Amino acid sequence: MNLDNHIEKFQKKDIGAFETLYNMYAENICGAINVIVKDSERSQEICQDVFVKIWEKSDQYDPSKGRFFTWILNIARNAAIDEVRSKTYKNQKKNLPVHSLVDIFENSEDLNSKMDTIGLQTLLKGLKEKCILLIDLLYFKGYTQKEAAKELDTPVGTVKTRIRSCISKIRKNMA
Amino acid sequence: MSIDVKEYIASGTLELYVAGELSPEENLEVQHYAIQYPEIRKEIEEIEKTILEITKAASPDIPKDGFQKIRAEISNVIPFAPDRSVNKKVPLGNYLGWAASVILAIGLFWMYTENAKLKSEIELTNQEKQSIEDTLSDTQDRINIKENMLQQIRDKNVTVIALGGQTIAPTSYAKVYWNKEEQKVIIDAQGLPEPPTGFTYQVWSLKLDPLTPTSIGLLDEFRSQDSKLFALENTNESEAFGITLEPEGGSETPTLEQLYTLGAVGA
Repeated sequence: MNLDNHIEKFQKKDIGAFETLYNMYAENICGAINVIVKDSERSQEICQDVFVKIWEKSDQYDPSKGRFFTWILNIARNAAIDEVRSKTYKNQKKNLPVHSLVDIFENSEDLNSKMDTIGLQTLLKGLKEKCILLIDLLYFKGYTQKEAAKELDTPVGTVKTRIRSCISKIRKNMA
Repeated sequence: MSIDVKEYIASGTLELYVAGELSPEENLEVQHYAIQYPEIRKEIEEIEKTILEITKAASPDIPKDGFQKIRAEISNVIPFAPDRSVNKKVPLGNYLGWAASVILAIGLFWMYTENAKLKSEIELTNQEKQSIEDTLSDTQDRINIKENMLQQIRDKNVTVIALGGQTIAPTSYAKVYWNKEEQKVIIDAQGLPEPPTGFTYQVWSLKLDPLTPTSIGLLDEFRSQDSKLFALENTNESEAFGITLEPEGGSETPTLEQLYTLGAVGA
């Protein structure tokens, strides 16, 4: 059975199909949260809440608005960003840290996040910091093209071509 | 509708599609092409695979019974063991106790769903508020820039030079507001067509005898600049101004066949 079938069944509240989707994407969703939250235990809890939310919102997914993974990734990053905002606000009144993926890439000894930093470093090998930052903003923080351009202080028109070349480099690293 | 698939793939649109950062219209366009061209569909899957790899590498350990916990949380059914001793005489109080707890459970569930509904409404309202605030601050910025330009145009030291359309674009026009004191010009380029991709307008200050053009700048980001007003420096003793279309980055000397508008000072 293919992905579209599982998604269709999941939207009809078929718990078995949902379990299949969970097994397919749990690591990715928990990973995306961990990039932002950087605390593996807390990320696991949020990740579980996110899947409950995905189930509750199952009828809201509209395939004409994008990929299923894009949709759940968006729910996950909103939850992760909410967590960091409320926490940093309480503790230090700081803004959302901007460089999460860059930080992880550079500080391999980050113990709390318990991730596969070697795997991550292999994937991101040879990428310029601006590239990693752009991936972080677009995929992990949900920045729009315009917001990402402002953050990186570059014309909006270059965001598209730049993300293309950044992702292509990772694809070469994967090969 | 047919497109250059290679070029479309190279544009980076599909990367933004996977990130979820395209407009609804662009999303539909991508989906349409993904059905029409298998190469595009495959490319989207490859890009998604890249993000799946990165997020997977960043994943914490996931508990083996992870889904069981979720299943327990989302099951609305309250487990209820059947009473085996149906035939026994049970005091009425027992039934009442059960009934009360069932009602309580239903009540709690109802409150939980109401609460969840309210929470998602609040979330939605907050998102809307944020987007309105963003629009407002954008608009404020734009107004400030325009007001600033208007102030400069109204300065008493400003000379206005009208540039008329030339052979290549007879209907186009532009205006130059030149402040000699401050050595600044503002170009109003509303009457120029959008430059094709890879090209940009370049503004020239001209001396007439002999004809000597000096570049004073490019009208970069023409498309995204909706006021079409551009501020440039001009230290020259200009006798005329002209605007030509040049390859991106500008040229050393004007391409006269691509002269869009021209006008003499004091004419």
